[in-house]
Amino acid sequence: MPPVLEARDIAKSFGPTPALRGLSLTIDAGEVVAITGPSGSGKSTLLHCLAGIIRPDAGEVRFGGTRLDRLDEEARTRLRRDNFGVVLQFGHLVPELTAAENIALPLMLAGAEREAAHTAAAEWLDRVGAGECARLRPGDLSGGQIQRVAVARALAGEPSVIFADEPTGALDTIAGEQVLAQLLGAVRSRRATLVLVTHDNQVAAYADREVIVRDGRLVDPVEPAGPAGTGGPPWGMDATLPEVTR
Amino acid sequence: MSIPHILLGLLTERPKHGYELKREHDERLPGAKPVAYGQVYSTLQRLERDGLVAVAETLSDGGPERTVYRLTDKGRERIRSWLSEVEPPAPYVTGALFTRLVLALIAGEDPQRYLDRQRAAHLARMRELTAVKTDPARTTARLLAADHALLHLDADLRWMELAARRLADLTKEIT
Repeated sequence: MPPVLEARDIAKSFGPTPALRGLSLTIDAGEVVAITGPSGSGKSTLLHCLAGIIRPDAGEVRFGGTRLDRLDEEARTRLRRDNFGVVLQFGHLVPELTAAENIALPLMLAGAEREAAHTAAAEWLDRVGAGECARLRPGDLSGGQIQRVAVARALAGEPSVIFADEPTGALDTIAGEQVLAQLLGAVRSRRATLVLVTHDNQVAAYADREVIVRDGRLVDPVEPAGPAGTGGPPWGMDATLPEVTR
Repeated sequence: MSIPHILLGLLTERPKHGYELKREHDERLPGAKPVAYGQVYSTLQRLERDGLVAVAETLSDGGPERTVYRLTDKGRERIRSWLSEVEPPAPYVTGALFTRLVLALIAGEDPQRYLDRQRAAHLARMRELTAVKTDPARTTARLLAADHALLHLDADLRWMELAARRLADLTKEIT
């Protein structure tokens, strides 16, 4: 798979505070990557640079063959709308619109006819198991339902890359699992790329790969080492929890 | 895990023979290490000696003889009382992680590097367990076994994150 996103030696400061200090990262098409790290390590800034939401002070960010860091605000907005989907911690739905309208609106902004946009919105709500929410406004939805609608909105435009920043951070374990299952299922079936920022290790374990940001730099990946000692089952689970294919 | 108590618990349903108990142990506790048949057999003999189980009948439908065991009143009382107790909150694997961290500091190795490696190993295991968890064919028992392991590994990881942040102080104290 060719790289879909590439950051090369990017740096970004907010006032006197450096958030990223020369960081390079390549993400292949179809990969699910978790970006983790302590609070304030720069992981959200990295996500925002990769998604073209902010421009790095130095370094290059490429999406396919396009240099995101060279595009102006308007061009980046258009590129994001056509290629990227975003899911944030608190859904960020428009409170005055119904769930279905929240999904249909960006499709119409991207040029879809009203009717086609609403049909697609209804289909996507069904697909994420939130069909019953279509006519409800965000104020009448639970946290889990809001996140499902946000996932549907991010996916409805058929983006090639989805960026998610703590998508389950506000949910309990079971609601979080359901949202992740919907998100991962949709991403994998479309061979889309998912870039996930999280401080939750159990969420990071859904990803194919973890990259750790510390003090604005990536931690070098460690060589895969076997467990110490005999190499036997580490926690007594292996014997009966194998057969993992994927 | 306490094999005698598991066997007593499985016998609360109805009398069972040794092979049946071995199979049920492995199937119904998917997170546990499979028990050897010999261990089931010797445990049943000890339970019988202590009056907690008794021979219900001996089957021989053509093949080798199979001894079917039933729970005695004393056995039923024992498992009931065991189930009313709690498991001592165990320190699990963190003891081993802590030892490695301290020894890394003493030996002048890079403790952060150790923590990064251990994190990678833990997360790799969590990925496998997450795949078990999200497999549509998995049973609820298997899901809960995976949940249990995942939460403990997650607790280790959070401890490692804290350890990384307290590393400077720990180094001063130990070296």
